[in-house]
Amino acid sequence: MSEIILNAGTFQKAIEKISKEVIEKNKNSKDLAIVGIHNKGVIIAKRIISEITKLSLSEELKIPFGTLDITLYRDDIDDFGSDMPIIKDTVIPFDISKKNIVLVDDVLYTGRTVRAALDVLMDFGRPKSIQLAVLVDRGYRELPIEANYVGVRCLSKENIKVECCETDKEDRVITIK
Amino acid sequence: MSLNRKDLLGLEHLDKKDFQTVLDSVKPFKSLFTRSVKKAPTLIGKTVVTLFYEPSTRTRTSFEIAAKRLSADVVNISVSASSVVKGESLIDTGKTLEAMKADYIIIRHSMAGTPDILARNLSASIINAGDGFHEHPTQGLLDLYTMYEKKKRIEGLKILLVGDILHSRVAKSNIWALTKMGAEVAVAGPPTLIPPQIEGLGVKVHYNLDEAIKEADVVNILRIQLERQQENLFPSVHEYVELYQLTKERLAKAKSGVMVMHPGPMNRGIEISSDVADSQNAVINEQVTNGIAVRMAVLYLLKPTKVKKNASSN
Repeated sequence: MSEIILNAGTFQKAIEKISKEVIEKNKNSKDLAIVGIHNKGVIIAKRIISEITKLSLSEELKIPFGTLDITLYRDDIDDFGSDMPIIKDTVIPFDISKKNIVLVDDVLYTGRTVRAALDVLMDFGRPKSIQLAVLVDRGYRELPIEANYVGVRCLSKENIKVECCETDKEDRVITIK
Repeated sequence: MSLNRKDLLGLEHLDKKDFQTVLDSVKPFKSLFTRSVKKAPTLIGKTVVTLFYEPSTRTRTSFEIAAKRLSADVVNISVSASSVVKGESLIDTGKTLEAMKADYIIIRHSMAGTPDILARNLSASIINAGDGFHEHPTQGLLDLYTMYEKKKRIEGLKILLVGDILHSRVAKSNIWALTKMGAEVAVAGPPTLIPPQIEGLGVKVHYNLDEAIKEADVVNILRIQLERQQENLFPSVHEYVELYQLTKERLAKAKSGVMVMHPGPMNRGIEISSDVADSQNAVINEQVTNGIAVRMAVLYLLKPTKVKKNASSN
């Protein structure tokens, strides 16, 4: 039996919570940029941008947005046998130097994806700072990495699946046994 | 996503799904080129050996750059300066390289089938960088990708290969890849330079370039090896130029937007005129850039591994 961690309502509240905290921490910054990690991190990042724009009551607000794929930077690539992961586009259409970047992913678990994402970003330049936002923090870190913004904390050794209405039937987060 | 093979020996045994896998994989590698740091750590700790029994600058350099952009260690062996001149056999050379923990061996040899011998005897991934008149698979893949990138499709494209089809490994790899992907492939050249029964591969044969060029969406010009003239395979370079050089006047007979390709190195003024080589229609430099991205994708997709298990990290 899978357990529902977030339903459509609490999913949206989690996005709003993260967005408010991002605004609060970066309110005096004109250098905010948001980068989503493929796959679901990209969708969550777009939601956060949309929410920030709404909360800021400014349609003029244009937050630079990028996407990144960490496949080429994974530390477990030998474990995949011959079935290699599909590589998605990494598109950072702005100069990341002097930017305060909020990196967005759906789930934070071991920390290895974020470690790889930091390496990718550093190869694009030297940002002023990098903050991390995740919809779900499921604990059990293998690397010393923590998120600045967390939608929901849920200590779980079970796999967690994030579904978004852009790609799935509805917004929800469930455990998979 | 995988090519499901340890080695890349030719395109004859790849299927449509394999070609699509390569086409879908190249773009993220190419996007690395636009960054100030043009490298990713994907193959860190792996060793790539280029073993070239024939001289080559562009193919070897392309493989070397591709491997280095994936952070592999690269060793280049030119046979004229190796133990092979002391009489060492091919398999012994290969086994020595494997004992030195080479993960990939990229081989060019004048004898067709040489990469296959290494592949059957070694656990390293073997990549054919050109064997005799047989195949040059990464050139075939980069030509395929360049057409796909520019024309947005392969199926239904009309591709004309011009020149020395008989001795060209590039032509063979092009024919295997393009026909399997649904392109209509034709060849044009002197009868002595067209292999007999090539129609059996699903290829149309033309001897008159002026007629053949009218329908083509892409014209891929092959290099004329001037020693063939000494073998009496065509009467004179002058006659070849008259009948088969791609000139501005000939290109004007083709459809507008026809794409001109050449695997290099070019003999300007022989198989291709300088003004065509430098024209808007030519994508020769893009082929070179794409060659690196395609070779990176091949190294990634063939990456030798020991253990297969489902890895997961969030």
